[in-house]
Amino acid sequence: MADAVQKPGNAAPAKKAATGAFTPAGVSPNRRSRHKYTIRLWAVRNSRFFEWFYHRFAEVFLLLHPVWKLFGYQRVERPITFVEKHVKGFLFDCRMCGQCALSSTGMSCPMNCPKQLRNGPCGGVRANGNCEVEPDMPCVWVQAWKGSQNMAKGDAIMNVQKPVNQSLRETSSWLRVTAEAAAARETAANAGKDA
Amino acid sequence: MAHLDENPLGPHLPLDPLPGHSSMGRLERVLRRGEFAVTTELNPPDSANPEDVYERAAIFDGWVDGINAVDASGANCHMSSVGICALLTRMGYAPIMQIACRDKNRIAIQGDVLGAAAMGVCNIMCLTGDGVQAGDQPGAKPVFDLDCMSLLETVRIMRDNSKFLSGRKLTTPPKVFLGAAINPFAPPYDFRPYRLAKKIEAGAQFVQSQYCFDVPMFREYMKKVRDLGLHEKCYILVGVGPMASAKTAKWIRSNVPGIHIPDSVIARLEGAQDQKKEGKQLCIDIINEVKEIEGVSGIHVMAYRQEEYVAEMVHDSGVLKGRQPWKREPNPVDQLVAERIEAARSGQQQDQQQLAEKAAQHPH
Repeated sequence: MADAVQKPGNAAPAKKAATGAFTPAGVSPNRRSRHKYTIRLWAVRNSRFFEWFYHRFAEVFLLLHPVWKLFGYQRVERPITFVEKHVKGFLFDCRMCGQCALSSTGMSCPMNCPKQLRNGPCGGVRANGNCEVEPDMPCVWVQAWKGSQNMAKGDAIMNVQKPVNQSLRETSSWLRVTAEAAAARETAANAGKDA
Repeated sequence: MAHLDENPLGPHLPLDPLPGHSSMGRLERVLRRGEFAVTTELNPPDSANPEDVYERAAIFDGWVDGINAVDASGANCHMSSVGICALLTRMGYAPIMQIACRDKNRIAIQGDVLGAAAMGVCNIMCLTGDGVQAGDQPGAKPVFDLDCMSLLETVRIMRDNSKFLSGRKLTTPPKVFLGAAINPFAPPYDFRPYRLAKKIEAGAQFVQSQYCFDVPMFREYMKKVRDLGLHEKCYILVGVGPMASAKTAKWIRSNVPGIHIPDSVIARLEGAQDQKKEGKQLCIDIINEVKEIEGVSGIHVMAYRQEEYVAEMVHDSGVLKGRQPWKREPNPVDQLVAERIEAARSGQQQDQQQLAEKAAQHPH
């Protein structure tokens, strides 16, 4: 039945199409309704708090660097990833791209954009600020811009993000950031010693 | 006197590279000289017949500086932009190849960029692309491996650093003039100028805007752009086009993503006796208004299924100021192709034995 013609843009596709009822063009093809975005939108509204909180949290993680090193980053990867996935999944609808950009995107996860844009909104944003692809979803990047306005370092939204490295999917970006920060700290210390 | 964009040794010869130019194309020359540029869009055929492309391109002959070869716009399936570019460069038109991130990943895109540049494509336009839901095959898998910004950066790195995204070296980099799209008419409005700044940082040298029907809104946008000094770093071409009727305008407004048409435009079309004529007049009026805005370097005429009016509108609005865009852009390999065709025509017998011996003597 691969050739069956699909009815585009329909809220409850099969059921509604069967009744022959009129469905407006601005209705999402999948039935996620607005309440599903409540927590994500709340996180964006409180982006300043989350920015502050994340900084403290990252410091703690860096302090724990000897612990991670003792167990081995490889070995703690799985449990940390599990926690990260569920915490960020609950708060931001995290998609575990493994290279978190939340602090550059006003605490609005760019991977929730149907086009997975990481550098700003596409030209298709609706006049009401909703998504072109999912008409019931507020555009991730309209939210990101709002969120970034609250943040102390909101200007990070102006940085051009690199393309996603797909091989880092489903890995912990908390641990990666910590390991990188620790490595940077060590090289700085070594450079200081040499000088 | 030879045309400004002509090789002094003969019009059939390719142009010499100019210092500071990133491509050998004439669109870049026209823009850098400060002339008002006109580009347009070729309606891609749903056929495998090259004549269809030639026919559609011939309408624009002598009226435009560049022809956009669209990459399945609106996520509707058509002849590919690479294919159209191959045909257009063969005939000496100056295509602007659009690349949308919707259908190809970074491996395919980088390969296409090299292939296009080798065919003689001088302008590449980097787009995100409409979502698959907008098109005729909503069941397709959306790729979106890169986004327009990282695509711009990728091509810029290939051109300026002679490297693939992976860091592998290129022996000959693609000499292309890089373009991008802007849409000042969609929220978040105050972020849009900054997004243009990001695109420029990523590598955009010219931008074409979405259909402009709301001139006051565009003025506002351009004011912000001038405040940021972006109009000096990048050439801004305003998208304009005729509407066939009020009914089409209404349909486009509610069905095509990203196009903002104010009620006043629809009212003006509805009130007219001949809506098609009024649509054309409206487009000319908009061209005349936007060309006066500081920082606007040209127009991009999108006359979908009304391509025959492009010449008329460009003429009536007088934006070319008597300048005639050059009709033929020579391809560096033209001479080679001509020689080969000549050899084939002269019917020289090829001795297989001799050829094999020659090849054996001469590896590479």
